Amino acid sequence: MGSSRRRGDQLFSKLALLSGLFVLAILALIAFSTTREAWPAFSEQGFSLLFSTDWVPADGKFGALAFIYGTLLSSVIAVVLSVPVSLGIALYTNEAAPRRFRRPIVYVMDLLAAIPSVVYGLWGIIVLAPFIGPVYSSISSAVDGIPVLGWIFYGDSGRSFMTAGIILAIMITPIITSLSREVIATVPSAQREAAYGMGATRWEMIRSAVLPWSRGGIVGAVMLGLGRAMGETIAVALVIGSSAQITSHLFEPGDSMAAVIVNQFGESSGTFRAALIGLGVVLFLVTIVVNVLARSIVVRFDRRSQGL
Amino acid sequence: MTATRDYTNLERELVEATLSRSRRIKNRASSIWMLGSVLVALIPLALVIGYVVMKGIGQISVAWFTEDLPAVTRRAGGGMGPAIVGTILITLGAAIMAVPLGILGAVYLNEYGGKSRLARAVRLMSDVMTGVPSIVMGLFIYTVWTLTFGLSGFGGALALACLMLPIVIRSSEEMLRLVPDELRQASYALGNRKWRTIVTVVLPAASGGIISGVMLAIARAAGETAPLVFTIGAARKLNIDLFNGPMTALSVQIFGNAQAPYAASQARAWGAALTLVAIVFLFTVLARIISARIARKHNA
Repeated sequence: MGSSRRRGDQLFSKLALLSGLFVLAILALIAFSTTREAWPAFSEQGFSLLFSTDWVPADGKFGALAFIYGTLLSSVIAVVLSVPVSLGIALYTNEAAPRRFRRPIVYVMDLLAAIPSVVYGLWGIIVLAPFIGPVYSSISSAVDGIPVLGWIFYGDSGRSFMTAGIILAIMITPIITSLSREVIATVPSAQREAAYGMGATRWEMIRSAVLPWSRGGIVGAVMLGLGRAMGETIAVALVIGSSAQITSHLFEPGDSMAAVIVNQFGESSGTFRAALIGLGVVLFLVTIVVNVLARSIVVRFDRRSQGL
Repeated sequence: MTATRDYTNLERELVEATLSRSRRIKNRASSIWMLGSVLVALIPLALVIGYVVMKGIGQISVAWFTEDLPAVTRRAGGGMGPAIVGTILITLGAAIMAVPLGILGAVYLNEYGGKSRLARAVRLMSDVMTGVPSIVMGLFIYTVWTLTFGLSGFGGALALACLMLPIVIRSSEEMLRLVPDELRQASYALGNRKWRTIVTVVLPAASGGIISGVMLAIARAAGETAPLVFTIGAARKLNIDLFNGPMTALSVQIFGNAQAPYAASQARAWGAALTLVAIVFLFTVLARIISARIARKHNA
């Protein structure tokens, strides 16, 4: 009987171990099977898949540079718009809000995070895009002729890099907020009290005690938000305008890797389909790199704040 | 949360009166920024939910839940039945696969792996897997399942399961870590084996938190679109067989109808959005209620 009980123990621990290993297996399998399926495109197109701007499926040309640019640009816009707001909310909930407001703010962030991306996309394409096109156009004419500003804030398209960036910013704000809030919560009260004890105002306390302590973790949180924005598909596909171009004009239509995959997959075959799956491989690798970097920053920060 | 107490208004004014002008202005500005950020975040939430409810409510009727999708989408009429059923079945299928596996994975991480190198790798990789874009999961299942077995609800369920798995693992592990070691030791002292201790003592003790994490994972999976586009195809009629033939889902219907230039299609998209948001919020709120009840039990 003793040996059968030990066998139960061994069986259970093996089962648990296998489940844990499953994650590693899936990640490896993702890399392997998508790369294999995309191989015809990689071998046929070579580096022009990444460095050419010619995307003409009918002629067998698959240069995705414009889409890579669109993915980066829309995600960077999203991060730039989202970080001040996310950080403000995180600091407000942890440092400034009256106690009874804290929980409701967390609930609101939960709801914002719970809304599916396709719903943001629907709202973006039907409500936001028609409304914001004229706004772009008046901004564009206001800064016309001014160097830099005139080059960036140019165009009048409701569906554009900027609109995609705005929608993405709404979507990543809850993520960056909740991660930075967790980080800020680890700041020891002694640090805060020391700053107050020196006569600091609340803002001076935040600047001298809270922000230096949590800087690493906040950077990690922002990078995780960036990773999420780069992989976001449906909302971007609906509002970015589906036009392959590299331009500094934020108010003009563009396209992103994920959006191209989902918009063109249905009508693709052969090398075309392989090239789209290849875009997925590129997206996978980029998000893996961003996530590993972000996680290692957060982990290093965690260890430091635990005094290890 | 913080040990520093909140100041009263009078105290704050007394302190502020002694400050130099620039320090006072900076402090004020920072307060405005922080409070303003919260208000800025409320605007899109209110607008999106407002529009979804306002424009979607008109679609909801008995026929909306029972009838098939219309043959011609630009005309009004028909229902969303197949998509509602599809969303529920596919998400449920995904949960059946991902939840047991995820909880077992969490058991490995917290009860067996601990701080070993392998456990740390699994932990890091599940975090990384949380960040893998959902469209990549869709392409992945397309290459390993759909290419061989064809379009079906099960393919979609597989893709959603891949998205849920790391969320379930990490949230369950957090909850297992909260279970005090004394419970385990008490169980060992009674002569229980490790696996019995885990199944009869540790898991039940963490069950509330685990369920709440599972609910959030389900809520997130139910709203996903990109993984389904390549794997479940498009069905107009009700199909309740996950393993046979194309299906459809609410998210896929929203995506398709949002791009159509017809009023009837767009109205249908809003209706589907309202239905989907209702399902997702239901699970999110349930998760909150469960975890709040747990917190109260712990504090008592």
